[in-house]
Amino acid sequence: MKRHLLSTADLSADDATLILDTAAELARIADRPIKKLPTLRGRTVVNLFYEDSTRTRISFETAAKRLSADVINFSAKGSSVSKGESLKDTALTLEAMGADAVVVRHWASGGAYRLAHAGWIRSAVVNAGDGTHEHPTQALLDAYTLRSRLGSLEGRRIGIVGDVLHSRVARSNVRLLSTLGAEVTLVAPPTLMPFAVEGWPCSSSYDLDPVLPKLDAVMMLRVQRERMDQAFFPTEREYSRRYGLHAQRMAALPEHAVVMHPGPMNRGLEISAEVADSTRSTITEQVANGVSVRMAVLYLLLGGSEPAIGTENEGGAK
Amino acid sequence: MSELASEKPSPAADAYTERQRGGGSGNWTIRGARILGGEARDLFIRDGVFVAEEVRGAQVVDADGLIALPGLVDLHTHLREPGREDAETVATGSRAAAAGGYTAVHAMANTDPVADTAGVVEQVWRLGREAGYCDVQPVGAVTVGIAGERLAELGAMADSAARVRVFSDDGHCVSDAALMRRALEYVKAFGGVVAQHAQEPRLTEGAQMNEGEVSSALGLRGWPAVAEEAVIARDVLLAAHTGSRLHVCHLSTAGSVELVRWAKSKGYPVTAEVTPHHLLLTDDLVRGYDPVYKVNPPLRTQADVEAVRAGLADGTIDVVATDHAPHPVEAKDCEWAVAAMGMLGLETALSVVQHTMVETGLLDWAGVADRMSVRAAAIGSLDGHGRPLEPGEPANLVLLDPAASRTIEPAELHSRSRNTPFAGLKLPGAVRATFLRGTATVLEGKVIDR
Repeated sequence: MKRHLLSTADLSADDATLILDTAAELARIADRPIKKLPTLRGRTVVNLFYEDSTRTRISFETAAKRLSADVINFSAKGSSVSKGESLKDTALTLEAMGADAVVVRHWASGGAYRLAHAGWIRSAVVNAGDGTHEHPTQALLDAYTLRSRLGSLEGRRIGIVGDVLHSRVARSNVRLLSTLGAEVTLVAPPTLMPFAVEGWPCSSSYDLDPVLPKLDAVMMLRVQRERMDQAFFPTEREYSRRYGLHAQRMAALPEHAVVMHPGPMNRGLEISAEVADSTRSTITEQVANGVSVRMAVLYLLLGGSEPAIGTENEGGAK
Repeated sequence: MSELASEKPSPAADAYTERQRGGGSGNWTIRGARILGGEARDLFIRDGVFVAEEVRGAQVVDADGLIALPGLVDLHTHLREPGREDAETVATGSRAAAAGGYTAVHAMANTDPVADTAGVVEQVWRLGREAGYCDVQPVGAVTVGIAGERLAELGAMADSAARVRVFSDDGHCVSDAALMRRALEYVKAFGGVVAQHAQEPRLTEGAQMNEGEVSSALGLRGWPAVAEEAVIARDVLLAAHTGSRLHVCHLSTAGSVELVRWAKSKGYPVTAEVTPHHLLLTDDLVRGYDPVYKVNPPLRTQADVEAVRAGLADGTIDVVATDHAPHPVEAKDCEWAVAAMGMLGLETALSVVQHTMVETGLLDWAGVADRMSVRAAAIGSLDGHGRPLEPGEPANLVLLDPAASRTIEPAELHSRSRNTPFAGLKLPGAVRATFLRGTATVLEGKVIDR
C-alpha cells in the first residue's frame, strides 16, 4: 500500500483511475445538504505550507473537513518556521503531535520527498507543490476535469503552453496524462522549455499556432513576472503575442476543445479575459473538482487497507 | 563518544609512541611489500629515511600481500579550520588523511577568516605540524577574502613559513579574466600555480545539480557543463599567453577532459585533477533528493564518468584530488536546496581509485602512485613527497591491502563529519599502515594517537 503521494510518476494508470473514480463518487456529496462524511473522524491532517497558497490550502482544508478529519494549518508565517526552524524539527514536532497525514507545500523541489523519506516522520505525506518539481493533486484535478468534459483521456491531445521550465503543474501533468493515454504537446519559447525534454513522454513545439487545431484541450500556464528580469523573453507584449491565448487563437481550436488554467491567472498576459470567461473555460470547474480529488487522495491514503494507491516506490538509487 | 573509543591505540602502539617521543623517528623493517604493486621486497627505514640495509633492533612490519606506494598527496582538502571547527579541524582532518594513506594534504583557503594572509596560512601550517599526522600545506587565496576583486598578498604567503605555492579561490571561480591573467603572471615570481575552480558564475546562479535529464525531471536548477568548460577554455589560453602554470580543480565533464587534452597537446603549462566521486558517482543518485550527493561541481552523467576515467588513465588528468569537504549533520539533514555542497573523500579515495581505475584495468599501481602522489607533489612543489621508495629518500609511504574489502560506515570515519556519499558501498582495498618520514601514523589499519 502506498503511503505517500509525492509525484504523479509514482501512479500507475490503475492507481490514477482509482483516485479519479473515487473523486467522482465523493463529488456527489457536494450536492447534499450536509456535505460531510464521517470517514476520517479522529484523524489529523496537517497543512504545512512553506509558501503562500491560499487556494491550495483551502482546497485541502475543505477536503479534509468534509471527511471529518481534524485539520491543523501550519504556515511558514506565524509559526516557528519563519524563525528559522528546520524542516526536520518541524517534522519532528508534527510527528509528536500525532499527525496522520501532512499536506506539504514547499518552495524547494524535493521538499515533500525529503519529508516523506528522510526518516523524520511516519505519517502519510501529500505533495501540495514542491518548488519547480511536481504538484500531483493539481494534475489529478486537471485529469478529472478533462475526463468529465471529454470522456476518456485515451488518445486525447492536450497542449500545455507557457513557462514549462519552472512549472510543477506541467511536470505532474505530463507524467499523469501520458500514463492515462493522452498525447501531450508542450509549447514554450526555447528559453522556457526544459533541458532534455526530448526524453519526456510528450512532444514539444516552440510554435503555438500549428498545434492548436489538433488539440482537445489546451492548458495555459501562469507566467511569473519575475522571469522577465532573467531575460527568458524580451517583453510581456512579445510573450503575449507569441504564446498568449486570445479569442482569435481560441477560434483555431476544434469546436469541442476546452481551455484550462491552474490559476492564478495573469489576464491579458498568457490568457485574455475573453478566453478566460468563455464557455470553453473550465477554470472554476477545476477549483470545484480540486476538493473532490483531494478528498479522494486523503481517503485512499488514510482510509484503511482497501484500495491502495499503487505500491511503495523505491526511492533513491544507490 | 564512540569515535574516541575507536581511536584508542593498542598497547603495542602505545609503547611504540612512547619510544617515538623518546628517541626521534623510528627504525623499521617492512617485510615483503610489493613496491608499486610489483615484486615483493623488504624496505628499511632509519631515522625517517629509507636505507639499503636493515637496521638492528628495528621494528618489523609484516607486509606480506601488501602494496607499498609513496605516501599519498592530496592537492585539494578542506580542513575547515579556522572558522568551522564543528565540521573539521586540522587535527581531525589530518587524522582522516593519515587513515586514507596520505602523508601530505593541501588545505584549501576558504576558511573563516580566509587564508589570504601570511598570518592565516602560517596558523594552518603550524596546526598541521602540531597534529603531526601528515604535512599540512596551506593553499593561499588568490583574491582578498576570495571575493574575486583584488589580489591577496600572494608574495607574503609564498615567503611565509608556510611557503605557499598553490593559490586558489576554490569554492569561487576567479571569473574576472583580467584578474585571472594578473594572478597567473604574478605567481611566476615564486614558482606558484593558480588552481582554478572553473565555474562561470552567471551560468550557474542558483544551480543545484548537473543540468541534464535528471535536473529537468526533478525540477532542480541545472549547472551546465558549459559553465565549467567555458572557464577552462579561457584559462588554458591565458596560461599559454602568460606562460604561467594553471591547475584545473575538480574537472568533471567530458568536454573539460577534451579541452585539457587539447591544451596539453599544444604544450601549455596546464595540469588538472579529478575527484574520487566524479570517478564513480552520477547525477542519477540525486533522484532521492538526499543532500549527501550535493557537491560542487555536481555529479555528472555516466558519459562524463567514462571520460574522466579515460582522461586519468591517459594522463590528461594529472591527479586524483579528494575535494574532501566536511559538513556538520544539520547542513545535510535538510532540504536539497538549502543543504551545503561537498563530500568527504580522504578516507575513501584510494579504495575508489582501486575500484574505478585499477580493477577496470585503466591504471596499474605504479599509475596510482603517479596520480595520487608523484604528480600531486610536483604540482604543489612539495619536497620530500611523491618520491621513489629508495635509499636516501624520506620514508613517506602507505601500505595497502588490495585484497581487503570493506563496507563504508560513516560512523567509523576519522573525520569530524559524516557526509560520505559512499556510505553502505562495498569498496576494495584497505590502508594497513602509513608512515610520515618514518613515523607510523597508521599501523595495522589503526590511526596511532599522537
